[in-house]
Amino acid sequence: MSMIDIKVAAVEQVTPLVKHFTFVKKDGSPFPAFSGGSHVVVSMNVGGRVHRNPYSLMGSPADTGVYHISVRKQEQSRGGSVFMHENVEVGTSLQITYPVNLFSLAKKAHKHILIAGGIGITPFMSQLIDLNRLNSNFELHYAFRSPEHGAFADQLKAICSSKLHCYADSKGERLDLLALLSKQPLGTHVYVCGPNPMVVAVIETARNLGWPENHIHSEQFLSLGIGEPFKIQLAKSNIEVHVPAEMSMLEAIEAAGVEADYLCRGGVCGRCEVNVLESDGALLHHDHFLTDAEKASGKKIMPCVSRARCDRLVLDL
Amino acid sequence: MALAFKQETFRNDYKYSNSPNAIKRFPFPFAEDQYMYSVNIEPHVKGKQGSVCEFPFDVDEHYVGECLDKQITLDLDRGRYKALPHMMDAQWDFVELTMDALSNDYPEHFSLKKDGLNWTWENKPLNIKQSFVFGDASTMPMEPFEFMSRQVQGDFVLLDQRDETLYADAGFVTSQADWSLAFDVGMSWREWHAPVPRATELGVMDRALKYLLNLQLGSPVRRLNWTMTVNPRLDTSPENYPLWGTDRNTVNPDNVADKVHLRVELQSLFRLPRSNGIVFSIRCYLMSLKELSSYPRWAKRLHRVQKTMHPDLIEYKGMTKFHPMMVEWLSQFDDGSAMAVGTQPE
Repeated sequence: MSMIDIKVAAVEQVTPLVKHFTFVKKDGSPFPAFSGGSHVVVSMNVGGRVHRNPYSLMGSPADTGVYHISVRKQEQSRGGSVFMHENVEVGTSLQITYPVNLFSLAKKAHKHILIAGGIGITPFMSQLIDLNRLNSNFELHYAFRSPEHGAFADQLKAICSSKLHCYADSKGERLDLLALLSKQPLGTHVYVCGPNPMVVAVIETARNLGWPENHIHSEQFLSLGIGEPFKIQLAKSNIEVHVPAEMSMLEAIEAAGVEADYLCRGGVCGRCEVNVLESDGALLHHDHFLTDAEKASGKKIMPCVSRARCDRLVLDL
Repeated sequence: MALAFKQETFRNDYKYSNSPNAIKRFPFPFAEDQYMYSVNIEPHVKGKQGSVCEFPFDVDEHYVGECLDKQITLDLDRGRYKALPHMMDAQWDFVELTMDALSNDYPEHFSLKKDGLNWTWENKPLNIKQSFVFGDASTMPMEPFEFMSRQVQGDFVLLDQRDETLYADAGFVTSQADWSLAFDVGMSWREWHAPVPRATELGVMDRALKYLLNLQLGSPVRRLNWTMTVNPRLDTSPENYPLWGTDRNTVNPDNVADKVHLRVELQSLFRLPRSNGIVFSIRCYLMSLKELSSYPRWAKRLHRVQKTMHPDLIEYKGMTKFHPMMVEWLSQFDDGSAMAVGTQPE
């Protein structure tokens, strides 16, 4: 996979939990342009172990001099977001992937409704620039815990003016999804990024109102969380790999020196899909990629987010 | 190395030939004795010096002749260029990709000066110099995608990615192997591949689509496709079928080696940055059987491939009329001995 060497040019504490990082290319050349909604995967060496976390690019897609990401410090971090907060400073060198977009704007939409919860605002920051540039009809609905957690609210006001609607939970402000989605004209697309209950609520509300499936867009990078340890056998490599509680299957495979394909590392893109040759227990599918039928078949698994509860699991790797 | 561009025609009097160097670097596609569809996609990485894959976009001795032929075909039928309105970002992505590549890889022929968004492009072989504002189509003499498609060998289709599939929403197509942009524009991946025999049943198209939906910026891919064409004609379009379809009846045992050409498409796909679209580049290489036989290994291989070709494919590729004559002519190069896997000439 092609990687880009970067250096941190600026770090800013935006809210009590969110830091904003500005990257420049190490060789000083411009970054590639990108499309609104893109992310990069940042590689970090945390105590000798490589962590790779996806973060949305927030700046203007036309500004190729710098890339911007924001990182929320996760309460149950396995190390990645804590590392970004505590160890990464101006001058730190890191590697990132080229931009990938799994949350792109529908170019033929007549209207765009963007719904963000908390740190879920980040992919919209670049989309808003594209929407303004293309003179698109849009509204941004941004919900957060309390005003001090409303990262980038001032910046957003400057970009969106009256198209921005903010909801601070601490002030009792609530986004009424049903009211919002039931009054939209035909040809409207809705996009949601935020905590899981919010994503589910938007998708279900839109479905119940009869929105076409391809007009509902969501992005939710799954945090890998903590699971039970288990063992896997890699058939082609002919080795056994232990997957510790705090590591994903993909990370354990990589740590064992086996090259595995990957792209988003968040259970969305499907690139790391691997065939299950044998298993004697339950596969714990956490991805958004495989169909229910594929999950039930037990023949495929996405090692970036999924786990297993079994004594024997043989993968075609 | 400065290229010497030839004066050539791809219609009427067909003044076209390959120099010994062009024959040697020809992308011969058959590594094995039998041909079957597969997802033969590989990374479009820098190939050997002098090879057709040395650079992202290959410029060769036919450059000027091919660009002139594009212009003739487009002047006769404006429908060969189409771009749906939502593809403007992809158009500029294409301009950046091709101008950067050509000026970087062939600096003696092309130059690009950037001052912020004020760009100046110079194409010496075609005698074009254009200053424009990147992103502002009103500063171009025509749509930006058309402007650059006229100046790069091959056909180009811009694909929009939405609803888990790819739509052919813009194209500049003047050297196609019997398919029509006017017919396919706006179609999805499954719709425009529907006529390909056997490939759908094999699941090849679904796997290829899944792969392409994840195509990454900075990591283009390529594959080879092939057919056989009578006369060195680039524009073998369905629109102009009456002009070339009957050429198949003119093949006889005496002229088969000069008339019948192996037509290889170097297809490459690049993810585009601003639009998140994909450009599908289809670059056509033509070589007569006689030229091909300057490397008997290729003639021997092609004999085996053609002799064992599935009848559905002979029909689909339009070879029915002259196929037996071609196999007969190629048989003189086949001594029946085993051949190692590989596409290289002697």
